[in-house]
Amino acid sequence: MAEPFRVALFVTCLVDLFRPSVGFAAVKLLEDAGCVVEVPEAQSCCGQPGYNSGDRAAAQAIARQVIATFGQYDYVVVPSGSCGGMIKTHYPALFADEPGMAEQAKALAARTHELVSFLADVLKQEHVAARYAGTVTYHDACSGLRELGVKDQPRRLLQSVAGLTLREMANPDVCCGFGGTFCVKYPEISDKMVSDKAADIAATGADTLLCGDMGCLLNMAGKLARLGKPIVARHVAEVLADMADETPPIGMPDKS
Amino acid sequence: MEPSSHAFKANAHRALGDANLQRAMTMMRTGFPEKRAQAIARLPEFDALRDEGIAIKNHVLAHLDFYLERFEQNVVANGGKVHWCRNAEEARQTVLGLCRALDAKTVTKGKSMIGEEIAVNDFLERNGITPVETDLGEYIVQIRHEPPSHIIAPAVHLVKEQVAESFRATHTDLPSDRVLEEPHVMTDEARGVLRQKFLAADVGITGANFLIAETGSSIIVTNEGNGDLTQLLPKAHIVLASLEKIVPTLEDATTLLRLLARSATGQEFSTYTTVSTGPRRVSDLDGPGEYHVVILDNGRSALLGGEFQDMLRCIRCAACLNHCPVYGAIGGHAYGWVYSGPMGAVLTPTLIGIEEAGNLPNASTFCGRCESVCPMRIPLPKMMRQWREREFSKRLSPATQRWGLALWAYAVQHPALYRRLSALAARVLGLFGKARGRFRSLPLAGGWTDMRDMPAPQGKSFMTLWAERQRKVGRAS
Repeated sequence: MAEPFRVALFVTCLVDLFRPSVGFAAVKLLEDAGCVVEVPEAQSCCGQPGYNSGDRAAAQAIARQVIATFGQYDYVVVPSGSCGGMIKTHYPALFADEPGMAEQAKALAARTHELVSFLADVLKQEHVAARYAGTVTYHDACSGLRELGVKDQPRRLLQSVAGLTLREMANPDVCCGFGGTFCVKYPEISDKMVSDKAADIAATGADTLLCGDMGCLLNMAGKLARLGKPIVARHVAEVLADMADETPPIGMPDKS
Repeated sequence: MEPSSHAFKANAHRALGDANLQRAMTMMRTGFPEKRAQAIARLPEFDALRDEGIAIKNHVLAHLDFYLERFEQNVVANGGKVHWCRNAEEARQTVLGLCRALDAKTVTKGKSMIGEEIAVNDFLERNGITPVETDLGEYIVQIRHEPPSHIIAPAVHLVKEQVAESFRATHTDLPSDRVLEEPHVMTDEARGVLRQKFLAADVGITGANFLIAETGSSIIVTNEGNGDLTQLLPKAHIVLASLEKIVPTLEDATTLLRLLARSATGQEFSTYTTVSTGPRRVSDLDGPGEYHVVILDNGRSALLGGEFQDMLRCIRCAACLNHCPVYGAIGGHAYGWVYSGPMGAVLTPTLIGIEEAGNLPNASTFCGRCESVCPMRIPLPKMMRQWREREFSKRLSPATQRWGLALWAYAVQHPALYRRLSALAARVLGLFGKARGRFRSLPLAGGWTDMRDMPAPQGKSFMTLWAERQRKVGRAS
């Protein structure tokens, strides 16, 4: 039998701080698929907040650190299309004028994958051993969708979850209004966008919102809760890993 | 037009509270994208056509001087004249000079964004010449004394009741008890009014979608035919165009026209495509006595060879506006100057300065929908980020934001410190948020919690829990 893949998990700062259960769901999915998962200690953030705020120097410094930390693994897997897109599409662009680093950035980019597309496209996984009694609707987070082409993979894997019904919302590909610092720099515009999104979500009649990015989820879950909508939100990995019973949905109290 | 881009946030606030605007935007947010998607589904080779169009534009930008000179030679050979204008003031003076030479009293106008850019209407009016917009949308915004809010649908921010109101206030010679409910009735009314203006005009001004180097022609597309009457009936036809509108051949233009109509309105081709080549010849039955092309630079040549050159590929289809969730939320006027949406967010700072227009490239979530629908694949988010980088390096971004970034960057580059901070934040917020699972308000986070709850962290950071798991595994083995 071939050696199992050595996969490094890039946890992402939001999962680390807000929702470790997503990290553990990712570990479970990867281990169930036969990977050896490591979590390099010297990780923090991918640098995107600096990059998108115009601080290219900080973004480059952080990217160097990530490249050094994650350079040695067969694959780097990220439970976020946004942070994954940063490493995969923007790191090479950050070092376009620095040939040596550009090579390393491209090499890392080639081995880096968003979690669900890694399972479906690289590991060729077609189903998961999970059960979820509910009707879910799935929001396509922008970076995952348009930078990494994550669209069908989560839907295909969700179809294999026992008891789960997937009901599409209108405009699943339209931004929820999170946008990193955008949501606090332009809160009123962001609010309009997330209100429209919440209406599209509610119109499906689904009881659960799933998405592959914590930033978008915090935004949408926060708005749904503020509006008093009876819809819970989870990272798609928690459902695929059959771990939804282990922790309350995003922004909900632990009743145990 | 005096820019108000610096007041973007206040403009957006007003727009979000404007019930009519919000009604109009709700319709446009679904209408345009659906039509475009259907048109593209009918043309499987759309992406190949895109590549062809991009190649044409990139070739032109690499040989701009050659094609512009060739264009001028051919215009002159046809009996027309080209006027090179470095900036808006030169362009305005040129137009005024041409109008005065013909003793013009009224000027009809086809839709022209360059006309907006050089604010030619106000200038002519101040100089005793009456400009009349003949595109229905442009006519509506003109009588309301508003600028257009969209580069191809100038009055998209209005609902029909507002149009009826403006028609009643302006067309006072018509019976006041007439019924103005159906759009086609209002269109007929405008047509009747404009017919007289067409016949009376001394000069016709149009924009240009393309200038053709090999023939010295200008091309405009309209869906109303107003451009034809504007340019054929008066004594002179003045074309206003910026220099990147040039393409080598008619065939190149047709490639781009196929992309333009589908991307803009979801049509296969615009209803009217009008090619103008010089003034009326002896054998022609109709046509203007004079043909002038005013070619405006206004800072565009300075973009060549730089990081914003790709913006000069833009064919003004407005697909980026039509698909932008920010534009869809606030409409075009909030952007505070002529161009709006993602293309405006990139172009406006090049024309009026990043100091005035700094908000525009910042007010984006980088969702990337604009770039994905741009027929010219202009990397709009990337160029908005380039503006943010310029702002950051010029220290134009707010001091609090720069300090926050500096602290964040320091922590991120020291993973051991970062782990402690993240663990602490998770614990404190997790503890306080445990009972409800989320916060309705949080100190210093009003930007978030005024609008939505903030979900509470689960309590321990992932890195803490992972270290605990590793220790357990270590003890067990």
